[in-house]
Amino acid sequence: MAVMTYREALNLALREEMRRDPRVFVMGEEVGLYEGAYRVTQGLLKEFGEKRVVDTPICESGFTGVGVGAAMLGLRPVLEMMTFNFAILALDQIVNTAAKMLYMSGGQYNIPLVVRGPGGPAAQLAAQHSQSMETYFYHVPGLKVVRPSTPADAKGLLKSAIRDENPVIFIESETLYAVKGEVPDDPDFTIPLGQAIVRREGTDVTVVAYMGMMYRAMEVAEELAREGMSVEIVDPRTLRPMDTQTIVSSVRKTHRAVVIEAGAGFAGMGSEILSFITEQAFDDLDAPVERVTGENAPMPYARNLELLKTPSKAKIAAAIRKVCNA
Amino acid sequence: MGELTQDQFVGFYRTMRTIRRFEQRVVELVNRNDIPGAAHEYVGEEAVATGVCHALRPDDVITSTHRGHGHILAKGGDPRRMMAELMGKSTGYNRGRGGSMHIADLELGIFGANGIVGAGAPIACGAAMAAKLKGRDGVAVSFFGDGATNQGVLLEALNLAAIWKLPVVFVCENNGYAISASIREMSPLQRLADRAPAFGMPGDSVDGMDVLAVHEGASRVVARARAGGGPSFLECLTYRFVGHFTAEKALGIKYRSDEEIEEWRQRDPLVTYPAWLRERGICDPARVDAEVEAVLEEAVAFARQSPLPAPEEALDGMYATTYPGLPARGW
Ligand SMILES: Cc1ncc(C[n+]2csc(CCOP(=O)(O)OP(=O)(O)O)c2C)c(N)n1
Ligand SMILES: [Mg+2]
Repeated sequence: MAVMTYREALNLALREEMRRDPRVFVMGEEVGLYEGAYRVTQGLLKEFGEKRVVDTPICESGFTGVGVGAAMLGLRPVLEMMTFNFAILALDQIVNTAAKMLYMSGGQYNIPLVVRGPGGPAAQLAAQHSQSMETYFYHVPGLKVVRPSTPADAKGLLKSAIRDENPVIFIESETLYAVKGEVPDDPDFTIPLGQAIVRREGTDVTVVAYMGMMYRAMEVAEELAREGMSVEIVDPRTLRPMDTQTIVSSVRKTHRAVVIEAGAGFAGMGSEILSFITEQAFDDLDAPVERVTGENAPMPYARNLELLKTPSKAKIAAAIRKVCNA
Repeated sequence: MGELTQDQFVGFYRTMRTIRRFEQRVVELVNRNDIPGAAHEYVGEEAVATGVCHALRPDDVITSTHRGHGHILAKGGDPRRMMAELMGKSTGYNRGRGGSMHIADLELGIFGANGIVGAGAPIACGAAMAAKLKGRDGVAVSFFGDGATNQGVLLEALNLAAIWKLPVVFVCENNGYAISASIREMSPLQRLADRAPAFGMPGDSVDGMDVLAVHEGASRVVARARAGGGPSFLECLTYRFVGHFTAEKALGIKYRSDEEIEEWRQRDPLVTYPAWLRERGICDPARVDAEVEAVLEEAVAFARQSPLPAPEEALDGMYATTYPGLPARGW
């Protein structure tokens, strides 16, 4: 085990997979010379050269299409969206081609493509640069969607994503790049896609949360522990396919659930998690499931409003108390 | 050029000086944590926005970019409301909701800075189309960088403007780089204006460090658009003296040589133009400088004193029609 940042863990995953498989290459804006707008591709150009670390013009739709074509001819592209907000420009290639090609072609072409980059609430970047982008992808059959919360997950899940035979949407976070944690050195260490993890064991209530919200929930859980409440936290890690089993088993144990998401709540991930908990564990529930979501508004720029947009610790704590006291 | 008045010559300088000093104040404020570090300064490129916007009428429209402060000031934007927006205050152009990359002023025809590279070009086409349909002779200018010229939507906009003969001027601010990506590596063309004929419109390339050259070039194509002659492409060769965004310095990354930066700095329009004004006896630039300083001082003070946006109003104005309880959770 080594202690490294989330950013370094991603970088290591890319390096190891590029060493392991010559078909893997990285492409995107500013990934080479500039080493990535958020420094995730640091040193890759130096080690692997221009053929495998490709700087593109600003053309998200174009280079994503290039990635799809290269994947169809047997390469394994890892595309970087400078921030995931710009993947909206590539939505057609991702949704209409990458996701559907295998099915539409009657099984002829699979698309082993990773599209990665930071997304979710950032710090005072305003509405176009700060939003929960996973929402636009996890609805699409044919895609896998990953949101890795810790450095170890970042490494293990990115390696699995690169080895996966399907298009994988891998959304990191601007606010987590500097987070440090223990990461296995083993180049064969991977974490399978579609496996949730229990981040904190507890007996009174299950809280489902990922990325920044998972960290916020952990802090709340520590605070509530002092009041004698035992909170279990489950991090889905992969949103599609979702490991419903781990989440439902936890709820069967605690009989209570709170689902947290950073983005706007309407038709969000929380709605989906809440519905499968209700469908599969209704009889085990001692209280209605609570959702804590971001406000149904674009992300405002002003710091005071920005802080109100995503679920605060106070709101999370209130929801946990509510289900526990029901 | 002979037709330009004394006042216009002085006006060019006042605008350029305002932009330069505004941006320098922004950097100071970023360093003091009063403004977040994601602002993109227009330092070095002042002659472009100034030359172009001074060729426009108040009712003409512009669409801007992530590097928008210069365009907005040149189109008549109020430094007080801009500064307040950058500080996230309720008196800002966007009531603190937008920040640097989203400043807009409907009344001045500023259809928004835009955080998405290339996104402004079709919007300018739409404004031009509307003006044309309404029988007005308004013109729309789309500002964009060299990097944006490789964005599909920009190429789509060029074609739309051409087939519909829209009164649009596409102003390409070629500062040589998109972040670190040199345009020499991202386009095989020496002159980006050479793309224009392929879209069926004229393409001209002017010295973007010379406000008079930009103004002359812009006046020509704006007049053409206004007279129903259709769109044009105006490439302005320029350079940013500073990093891509305020905080770039801290990254310690180098993609331009010191000699290259120095070469361009020799042509700083905020040095050459005031010298020319003085030489010609048109005005004493120092007098203008003092005026500008006072305006900006006031703008910063105004922004500082302004209140933060009220949380109770944070959900207002998301839809043009209001319904009780909307947009609340769970509707
Ligand atoms: C669609 C999209 N992709 C990427 C970015 C990130 N980005 C912001 S500015 C920029 C470079 C733009 O270069 P250019 O158009 O030359 O304008 P300049 O910054 O030089 O003024 C990039 C890649 C973005 N904002 N939008
Ligand atoms: Mg540029």
